[in-house]
Amino acid sequence: MTASATVKAPRPIPGPPREYKFPRFERRKLDNGIQIVVAHVAKLPLVTVAILSDAGGVCDQLGREGTAHLTAKLLLEGTATSDGAELAERFEQLGASIDAHADWDAAAVTMTALSEHIAPAFDLLGEVLCTPAFNAREVERLKGERMAELLQLRAEPRGLADELFSRFVYSPESRFARPQDGDEKSVNVIDRDHILSFYESRYLPGGTTVIVVGDVTADKAEELTRRALGAWTGGAPTRVVVDDKPARLDRAVHLIAKSDAPQSELRIGHVGIARNHPDFFPVNVMNAVLGGLFNSRINLNLREVHGYTYGAFSAFDWRRQAGPFVVSTAVKSDITDAAAREVLGEIDRIRAAKIAPEELSLATSYLDGVFPIRFETTAAIAAALSVLVVHGLPDDYYDRYRERVRSVTVEQVLTAAQQYLHANALQMVVVGDPATVRGPLEALGFGPLALYDTSGNPTV
Amino acid sequence: MRIPIETFRLPNGLFVTLSEDHSAPIVAVNLWYHVGSANERPGRTGFAHLFEHMLFQGSADVDANEHFELVQRAGGTLNGSTWLERTNYFETVPSNQLELALWLEANRMGKLLPAMTQQKLDTQRAVVMNERRWSMDNQPYGTWMEKLPALCFPPEHPFHHSLMGSMDDLAAASLDDIAQFFATYYTPDNAVLSIAGDFDPADAKRLIDAHFGAIPRGKGKPPLPDMSLPPVFGEWKREVVPDEIMLPRLFLAFRTPAFGTDGYHAASVCGAILGLRNGSRLRRRLVRERQVAADASAFTYDLAKGSDLLVCDVTARPGISAEQLEHEVATEIDALVRDGIDDAEVARAVALVQTSLVSSLQEAGERADRLSLFATYLGNPELINDEVNRYRAVTANAVNAFIRERLGENNRASLLYVPREPAADELVAAGSLANAE
Repeated sequence: MTASATVKAPRPIPGPPREYKFPRFERRKLDNGIQIVVAHVAKLPLVTVAILSDAGGVCDQLGREGTAHLTAKLLLEGTATSDGAELAERFEQLGASIDAHADWDAAAVTMTALSEHIAPAFDLLGEVLCTPAFNAREVERLKGERMAELLQLRAEPRGLADELFSRFVYSPESRFARPQDGDEKSVNVIDRDHILSFYESRYLPGGTTVIVVGDVTADKAEELTRRALGAWTGGAPTRVVVDDKPARLDRAVHLIAKSDAPQSELRIGHVGIARNHPDFFPVNVMNAVLGGLFNSRINLNLREVHGYTYGAFSAFDWRRQAGPFVVSTAVKSDITDAAAREVLGEIDRIRAAKIAPEELSLATSYLDGVFPIRFETTAAIAAALSVLVVHGLPDDYYDRYRERVRSVTVEQVLTAAQQYLHANALQMVVVGDPATVRGPLEALGFGPLALYDTSGNPTV
Repeated sequence: MRIPIETFRLPNGLFVTLSEDHSAPIVAVNLWYHVGSANERPGRTGFAHLFEHMLFQGSADVDANEHFELVQRAGGTLNGSTWLERTNYFETVPSNQLELALWLEANRMGKLLPAMTQQKLDTQRAVVMNERRWSMDNQPYGTWMEKLPALCFPPEHPFHHSLMGSMDDLAAASLDDIAQFFATYYTPDNAVLSIAGDFDPADAKRLIDAHFGAIPRGKGKPPLPDMSLPPVFGEWKREVVPDEIMLPRLFLAFRTPAFGTDGYHAASVCGAILGLRNGSRLRRRLVRERQVAADASAFTYDLAKGSDLLVCDVTARPGISAEQLEHEVATEIDALVRDGIDDAEVARAVALVQTSLVSSLQEAGERADRLSLFATYLGNPELINDEVNRYRAVTANAVNAFIRERLGENNRASLLYVPREPAADELVAAGSLANAE
């Protein structure tokens, strides 16, 4: 880079890497249809259990978005024998940290405990899955907490930009156009009966996988699962497939007014591709070069060359159907247009010519080398196994991951950029001060600009 | 459960802790410099953090951003962070890349200044100003990070001023400041190096000596002023902050025993009883039963000099006023002071803390960071192996004694965020501030 580079000291030469394998895991199945996946990792006396149900946000009925979210949360708010406070107390006296949530494709109850307490904690998990109370008071309380979150979002530029980006990118009919956890209107109409019928149709042993990772053998994990969930009866839920069509095929700017904001939250992107797409690996490497790494083109340009931002990155959100591709950053208000221009320039550039071999090797050697570091904890291994289960990936997926990353070529990256980055269909969402940013954004010539309030309603 | 620890000191003063674990081919390198925002001089608030950014701008043998590039190309993760009392830098890499991480850290400890330029400083200043806007100025409640210490520590105290710094002070920082700060604080005798994970101790010692051994000892740093403070604030301090928010939120702080002192663990357990997870007091009473809060938690700052802070963080439900929120939280604290807590509450808190402590030791980076923490603040990394037992030794009597001494009205500081009213009403807000005082 500079003349002095020629006299710089040599970098240390690494020795050969020690072999690493993703933890071995075993599959079992109970008679009622429950699948069990166990990875015996005995490093520390800990166990993580993740119980996955085919009960994600995609299963929400139209107009009742948020049901999946509330149902998952309500599992921990009381059972046939314990009210919510007692249930929390019983888990926590065992030192078990427990959470439940629904993402788009699945709901998960996740628990980590010391292995000495795993048996009674596992029994409690059985109670949670099989005998939730859905007490009406708790339903109303959690609805109120979601309403509070939604209210908070109106004043929170980052979350607001993310939420409204989805709304402007997906067709209004798409579930993905509406917030994962529901909006004011949909949450308001949900009642206990909706929760109960969602639970009865989506939480079924035939659609449930129990992932157990840590200081426990497969036999023991099976025995614990059988004791906790073996008597659970029911069939299997039908898979829900949602619409993932884009809202429009031309470019547009959506400006959400937040007067006097010192920064603009900027989102630029479009509908991406599904997780099981055959080009997942080239797309992943392409994204790493474009905006996935600290030393990616977008971050180096916006942060290190221009000082426009604290950070800028791009990501594909991987779902069963096509999740969004989005470039995200927050920039000083008065250079919003300049920052957007740089992002658009980088998207054009990676579609126009092959990346340099050093850029490819940075991305692939990072993704290859960092692989063991991603799986240091029982919780991280359980999360990785959850990805296998939710997306139906083959059991040797993690064993082959590194060679597949390394085999990506600059030609494949170029093809991926040209095929899956749609420069002419980009939507730009800005949460910022209209007085400062509106004129310059219109002058960009990117596309028509529409102005909205913080609820996403059009204004003039 | 104990992790193995070996320690030694190089002749130049660098303190080293090693902890082997060969369960995966991963090694973490973690360097703590015993300097933070507390060491900043007047007119240079935010400098310790700006300086941290500059440490990624290269050194004599490393180009700007090449540090990131080399570590990521090696398959590693990395970052740095600045706190009131320390600044840390860390890499987790495949174990065959240990020398790269050590070489990079040694190169910038020994030879930073030749790489510093005005242009790099200007760019990082702009980045940090954007970090401030992103994390504080354009974020609801974001200013609590500088307002709470300012409320809780007297103006002359080193913990009083903003870690992120004022825009004016950031603008004033110069290359001379960089050189002076580097020479004063970024010296081997003011640092702790920890390595955790898959390495051979003999190799590691050889590499540490080869890369760090020749870096000269510093000339000493100016001592911090006396950090000790009376055990209580002596009053109920209050500040009301009108902000661009939808719901009131209260940060209620108490002055507590410093991290590493005898009383710390009882304070920490009290924090867990109040605000750790769903079964905690504040969640159970205010979120679940009374339904006046949307969320509630509690935490300690873990400050090791003079005194620490225990903080309750409670956000109102829609329809609950700021005054009512503060009243509801105070009522719970008053009940705690009046009635105390029982053995079951201590058992719940300690069980959760124990799971969390063991979980955190799974990651090489976290192990190394905890070793650096105990070595830097308390001079003894072996304390990492006593943590679980120290928590288990906390009794209800000890927590109740802490509560009686520290949770009374003479030791509270309320930082209360209220939704900003339209301009005409701002006078009213100012009026209520005056009344609260």
